[in-house]
Amino acid sequence: MACQGLQKGETLASLKTESDGLKKKLEVERGKLNDVELHQVAEKTEVLGALSIKTRRVLKGHGAKVLCMDWCKDKRRLVSSSQVRTSTDLWTREHGVSLPCTWVMACAYAPSGCAVACGGLDNKCSVIPLSLDKDENLAAKKKSVAMHTNYVSGCTFTNSDMQMLTSSGDGTCALWDVESGQLLQSFHGHTADVLSLDLAPSETGNTFVSGGCDRKANVWDMRSGQNIQSFESHESDINCVKYYPSGDAFASASDDATCRFYDLRADREVAVYQKDSIVFGASTVDFSLSGRLLFAGYNDYTINAWDVLKGNRVSILFGHENRVSRVKLSPDGTAICSASWDNTLRIWA
Amino acid sequence: MPVINIDDLTDKDKAVMEVNQLKLEVKLERWLTSKCCEEMKDYIQAGEEDDILVKGIPEDKNPFKEKGGCVIC
Repeated sequence: MACQGLQKGETLASLKTESDGLKKKLEVERGKLNDVELHQVAEKTEVLGALSIKTRRVLKGHGAKVLCMDWCKDKRRLVSSSQVRTSTDLWTREHGVSLPCTWVMACAYAPSGCAVACGGLDNKCSVIPLSLDKDENLAAKKKSVAMHTNYVSGCTFTNSDMQMLTSSGDGTCALWDVESGQLLQSFHGHTADVLSLDLAPSETGNTFVSGGCDRKANVWDMRSGQNIQSFESHESDINCVKYYPSGDAFASASDDATCRFYDLRADREVAVYQKDSIVFGASTVDFSLSGRLLFAGYNDYTINAWDVLKGNRVSILFGHENRVSRVKLSPDGTAICSASWDNTLRIWA
Repeated sequence: MPVINIDDLTDKDKAVMEVNQLKLEVKLERWLTSKCCEEMKDYIQAGEEDDILVKGIPEDKNPFKEKGGCVIC
């Protein structure tokens, strides 16, 4: 598998030359169809008024940095995870229950709302069924599903509780059957840690996007395992990738202090969201319901709201007292939840 | 168990992977950027009215408004 295509006499140097040549050719091909920038198309679009978004709730209760969060489809419950030196609590707010999972970097709610998945430095991703019975021993019900050879950085259920996608520091993404723990498909193409993944909105078919320390964002076909498209324009690690609501584009957040927007049909980057005054890495992004706004969380403790079409920053959300690790839109689009290294979660609406 | 760990791949293995991937991508069918951007603009404008974070919502209708307090009629 790793030796496919190896011709006699190929050296690392000759491969690099071939690679550079192909990259130039790719640029030329992409350039042929690049006749306009997104903000030019949006010139006549109305400018956005000031947003009336502010903090509505501050959720305390984690004893350490909150690294990840996810909304339940019922729009009321959240799962969030933090990292402490000896053990980590996975906490669903409504239950107020600590779920048994250590060293969690990624967590996700199952579509049914009946279970959560969590994974991290134990190289695994486990599923824990939720129970309304507070005395239930959840530790006993925890089930390991994914097994990687390095940390799990991201996890998401696919369209049902039955399958799960994970991304890992081992450079791969993988699709798992939750019931049996069987590996259904693995995705190879990144050449360094994969830090994030996002599933395409269900109407648009079976693809997902991943981003990582190799500065690449890759789009994959879930069934074949094929890497369909890849984008390399960031200048540093990609910390987060997120599909656009229509499924035809995605955004990325990077340590290079920019967020970028890629159109899949044009096969290119169509916008960069940056300012000279923003010098800290962006760790997370999510879109508003219509796709007009892009919310991005940064290592300078702020969340910036960008006008996706015009490319300018519309608003800065202040409040967190340490890095913002995750922002996520609620399922009905009425609020944003942010998780931070200041040990809290905030709801903005 | 996933089939590979990138730490086990040599630089040459990674270079081969990259070349094979680029060969595929150069052949992709692409749309005009202007067409894609127009469609995106239309998509957004269709949904904007219902996008509460963009349009705002009266304080009393906000599901996250502060609870409690007294109202004197």
